[in-house]
Amino acid sequence: MVTLTKRLPHHQIWMKHLNSKKQPALSIKNLTKVYDDSFQALKGIDLDVAQGDFFALLGPNGAGKSTTIGIICSLVRKTSGSVTIFGHDIDEDFSTAKQYVGVVPQEFNFNQFEKPIDILVAQAGYFGIVAKVALERAEKYLKQLGLWERRNDLSRNLSGGMKRRLMIARALIHEPRLLVLDEPTAGVDIELRRSMWEFLKEINQQGTTIILTTHYLEEAESLCRNIAIIDHGTIVKNTSIKALLKQLNRETFIFDTRQELSSCPVITDYPVTLVDNHSIEIEVLKTQSINEVFVALSDQNIDVISMRNKSNRLEELFFDMVEKNLSAKTVGQNDE
Amino acid sequence: MNNYQKWVAFDTILRRELRRFMRIWPQTLLPPVITIILYFVIFGQLIGARIGTMSGLPYIQFVAPGLIMMSVITNSYSNVVSSFFGSKFQRNIEELLVSPTPNWIILLGYVAGGMCRGLGVGAIVTVLSLYFADFSIHSLPITIAIVLMTSLMFSLAGLINAIFAASFDDISIIPTFVLTPLTYLGGVFYSIDLLSDFWRNLSMINPVLYMVNAFRYGIAGITDINIFWSFGMVGLFSMVLFFSALRLLENGSRLRS
Repeated sequence: MVTLTKRLPHHQIWMKHLNSKKQPALSIKNLTKVYDDSFQALKGIDLDVAQGDFFALLGPNGAGKSTTIGIICSLVRKTSGSVTIFGHDIDEDFSTAKQYVGVVPQEFNFNQFEKPIDILVAQAGYFGIVAKVALERAEKYLKQLGLWERRNDLSRNLSGGMKRRLMIARALIHEPRLLVLDEPTAGVDIELRRSMWEFLKEINQQGTTIILTTHYLEEAESLCRNIAIIDHGTIVKNTSIKALLKQLNRETFIFDTRQELSSCPVITDYPVTLVDNHSIEIEVLKTQSINEVFVALSDQNIDVISMRNKSNRLEELFFDMVEKNLSAKTVGQNDE
Repeated sequence: MNNYQKWVAFDTILRRELRRFMRIWPQTLLPPVITIILYFVIFGQLIGARIGTMSGLPYIQFVAPGLIMMSVITNSYSNVVSSFFGSKFQRNIEELLVSPTPNWIILLGYVAGGMCRGLGVGAIVTVLSLYFADFSIHSLPITIAIVLMTSLMFSLAGLINAIFAASFDDISIIPTFVLTPLTYLGGVFYSIDLLSDFWRNLSMINPVLYMVNAFRYGIAGITDINIFWSFGMVGLFSMVLFFSALRLLENGSRLRS
């Protein structure tokens, strides 16, 4: 009897663990948000983010990205719908749900008159972490993010990039299972952006689920496995980056030529645009071959000295989708 | 969050508040001390010497409890209102809002910070007043109880002001146009027995009058009104303010979009 009663809780714990593995890190169901001025920012979105994922939430300004993030970290009150974090509802079990989330907002939101070390230790305290442990973690994250030497400076004296890294360290201080970053690399130089990417990849590999909003689509393409595109408060696409890129049926290449071009060369079936005297843009469909382009240019005695993609592939898709969504809405409005 | 974690969160807020007002002591601790010394010199020694006695006490002994209470009230209030509004303005209040810290802990943390400053300045002013006036304590429990309750009440009021405030103007309007008149007309400098019936009855709706009189009773043993009324009024106001402030935090009024 004693053995049985001992086994049962273990079994339940094991089942719970198994279930918790299956649960998405974030599950949003029919989420709506109407602000006081009657602006409807979210129109019933559904979104699941799997545990361990590196997920991008993309959308133009005012699409509803920050509202969604605000609701996840309880800075914005939802109008209806539900949000669960690792199976814990943010309304019914807010304490546990909040323990799982770390958030890096878009705007600097720390006390500019405090020292980075004090900001981190205080943030840990708000999560019930004692000062000794908080100091150890603060040292770890400040060192990893290159801020340890500036730990006792006033935060307002830090550079923009340092302030952004300070917010990442603050979001990690309670070691959340889900890290939400709202445009974390906005205004950060390329070198620092790359080092932040490496850092984020590392913590994702260690098991932290990451949700990212960004305007740098290259960032989403290099970091994320899955993506949702949000526009006018609705999710217009929710798929993997790979699947999304497969939908891209054309790419634009820029060819730099050795000779000076007096006119735009003509290549049958390939739209060509003259950019300047030494470069042309050529659109190539996935069903076509780029070799044909080289042959055609060679036939016209044009030597190509270099070639590159005109823009980020994801960017082209993103604009296509947002434009399509906008046209659909305009048509819908006209119908009304 | 378990109870220990809640305690850690409370302790963190309180320490942060203490660090804040200690760091800017020339703005938070020094001015009230200088102001109160000027009150003692002008009202107590220069003018007070010509006034003689008030309610049977030398004037300086009459005003000393009122001046101590005035410093407790203004400092408790202004600490919470400026700290909480500052956090709202810089948006670092979001650090607390995204954490699992319950709203009642946030409330207690800020209020405890306000009380620490109010009582700290009150203690400094009390020590300074001994240089200007001789007085003994009539009832220590009453003195301590009323000063604690008053500090609590005005810290809560400061928090509510900060929640509603949308600009720095909003945090100075209440202290300037409400708190200062209530304090000056709350029996700090005179006994309400000197007033005509109309003004005397009007004074009875001023909550500061009850606090100042209860505190004066604790120190000097004299009061214009029944001190049980004083405790009842302060207790009632504190409860109303506590639950109002908690409700505002729970609703996220002016804190969450």
